[in-house]
Amino acid sequence: MTAAHPQGEAELLRRLRGGDEDAFTGLVSGLSPALLRLAMSHVSSRAVAEEVVQDTWLAVISGVDGFEGRSTLHTWIFRILLNRARSTGAREHRTLPFSSAWRDERAPAVPPERFHSRNARGLAGSWAAPPVPWDELPEDSLLGSEVCRCIERAVAELPTQQREVVTARDLLGMDSDEVCALLELSRGNQRVLLHRGRSRVRSVLERHFGGRPT
Amino acid sequence: MSRLFRRRRRTEELACQELVELVTDYLEGALAPDLVEAFNDHITGCGNCSEYLRQMRRSVELARGLGEQAALLGPKWSETDPNPMLDELLTEFRARHPR
Repeated sequence: MTAAHPQGEAELLRRLRGGDEDAFTGLVSGLSPALLRLAMSHVSSRAVAEEVVQDTWLAVISGVDGFEGRSTLHTWIFRILLNRARSTGAREHRTLPFSSAWRDERAPAVPPERFHSRNARGLAGSWAAPPVPWDELPEDSLLGSEVCRCIERAVAELPTQQREVVTARDLLGMDSDEVCALLELSRGNQRVLLHRGRSRVRSVLERHFGGRPT
Repeated sequence: MSRLFRRRRRTEELACQELVELVTDYLEGALAPDLVEAFNDHITGCGNCSEYLRQMRRSVELARGLGEQAALLGPKWSETDPNPMLDELLTEFRARHPR
C-alpha cells in the first residue's frame, strides 16, 4: 500500500467533502481490509475489530471536513483506527502468553547459545547450531493454513510496538515512511522494532519448517 | 595497508552473531557502505548466514502473502454484495451531505 498521489488525494478529498458516494464507497471498500487487519492485531475477535473499523469510518465521515492535511488522508484514517483499536484492546485487558525473552526489546535476533562462545578459539561468534534449511513443500504454500496460523500466532505474541510495525510493514505492505508517520516512530526505532519482530517470526517458521527448537 | 587486507580484516571482524543483528538494516538499505561490503563478503563465504538471510527474506514474503490473503477476508466490505455495514455508513454519509 502506498500513499495516494497528492493530486489524487486532493481530488478524492474534494469528492468526499462534496458527498460523492462512489468516492466514499470506493475508499471504504479499498481500505477496510487493511484497517480490519490492523484492528485485529489489538482486539480479541474479528467481530470487535469490525466494530472498530465501523466506528473509524463514522469518525472519518464526521471529521473529513476538518481534515487539515498534516498527514496523508490514508495515514489520518489509519491513525483514527489505531487509536480506537488500542483503547478498545486496553479495555479488553488483552493478555497473551508472551515468552519473557521476546518481551524484552533488547533480546537478540537469535539466542546466544546458538553461537560459539568467546572461549571457542577461532570460532567465537560463529554458528554452533546453524539455521536449519527450510523444507518447504508445495502444500506449505500460504493456502496451507498451518503456515498462516504459525505467522499469525508469532505476530500476535509480539510486544505491542513490534506487532504494530510488523503488521503495518509486512502484512499490510506499507513503506517505512508511512509506518513512521502512522506510528510516530523515528526511522531507526522503526527498524529496531521491525528487526525484533521479523527475527521472531523467522524463528517460529524455522521451528515449523526445520523442526529445531528455537 | 592494502585494500584487500582491510577488507579481510573487516570480514573477520563481522561474526555470524553480529551479522544476524544487521540483517534488517541490510534489507532496508540502511547499512553504512563499509558494512554492506563486510556483510556481502561474509555472506559469500558463509553458507549458514546465507541461509539465515534467505529465511529472513522468505519470512517477509510469507507474512506479506498472509496479509494479501487476509485482504480477501469476507464479503462484508465489498461494494457488490449486500452489505449492511456499508449501507449503514452510506446512510450516515448521505445525512451529512443532503442533496
